[in-house]
Amino acid sequence: MNSRKYLVLAGVSVFAPLGDSLLSYGMKQVGNISLKNFPDLLLAITNPWVGLGIVFLCGFFASYMIALSWADLTYVLPASSLGYVLLALIARFALHERISLMRWLGIALVSAGVGFVTSGPERTSGAPRQFANDDVAAEPS
Amino acid sequence: MIKHAISNLNGWLAILAIVLSSSAGDVLLSRGMKQIGDLGELRRRRGLGFVLLQVVRNRHFLIGVVCMAVSFYSLLFGLSWNEVSLIGPAAASLTFVANAFAARIFLHEHVDRRRWAAALCVAAGVVLMAF
Repeated sequence: MNSRKYLVLAGVSVFAPLGDSLLSYGMKQVGNISLKNFPDLLLAITNPWVGLGIVFLCGFFASYMIALSWADLTYVLPASSLGYVLLALIARFALHERISLMRWLGIALVSAGVGFVTSGPERTSGAPRQFANDDVAAEPS
Repeated sequence: MIKHAISNLNGWLAILAIVLSSSAGDVLLSRGMKQIGDLGELRRRRGLGFVLLQVVRNRHFLIGVVCMAVSFYSLLFGLSWNEVSLIGPAAASLTFVANAFAARIFLHEHVDRRRWAAALCVAAGVVLMAF
C-alpha cells in the first residue's frame, strides 16, 4: 500500500464519525418523527447540522468508493474503523471527557481489529476490471 | 411505559433496516467499483470526467446508492426515536458481521481467520465503546 491509499482510508475513517455525530446533533433538534408524519423525515435535511453532516458523509462516500475500487470490502470496513478510536481520543484529550474502562477496552479491540486486517493483503477477490488496459473499450456494466 | 416500549421497538426496527440495507448497499457498491477498477489510476489515465461517468452509469453502483439512501433514512428514523449510543454501535457492529458473511457469499472474497478476527474485534470494540 502506498501513502495515497493510506490517505484514502484515513478519509473514510475521519469523515464517517464526524458526519454521524453532526446528524445525531441535528436530529435531536428536529425531534421524534413517527411513521404517520414520515415526510417530515425528508424535510429533516433542511436542518443546518443535518446538512453539514450530509456534506461530511459525501466526503466519506467519495473516499469509500475509491477504497472499494482497489481493496476488498472485508478489508476496507475494519481498516477504516479507526475513526471510532479517533472520536474517543478527541473526547478524552481535547474535550477532557472521562473515558470508562469498558471504552478503553473497546478502543483496544477496534485497534486490534485494524491491526489484524491491515497486516494481510488488501485484495483477495478476482472480480473483473473493465478498464485494466488503456485499449479496452469504455463500456459501462 | 408503553411509549418507552414503542421507542425501543422502533429503535430496533431501525437497526434491522440499517443492517440489511447497509450490507446490501456495501456489497453492490463494492462489486460496482471492482468492475470499474482502481479509480485513482483510471483518473490519471483518462481524467475525472471519465471516472465520474463510469461510476454513475454503473448499475450496481446505482442500486447500491438506493440501498444506502434507505439505510440513511432508517438511521435518521432510528435517531429520532432512540439514543445514538444504542443505534450507532448496534447497527455498526451488526453490519460488520453481516458484511463479512455477504462479502464471502456474494463477492467471493477470501474471508480467512485473520479477517474474521478483525470483523469480530471491531464489532465487539464498537459495542464496548458505547459504555
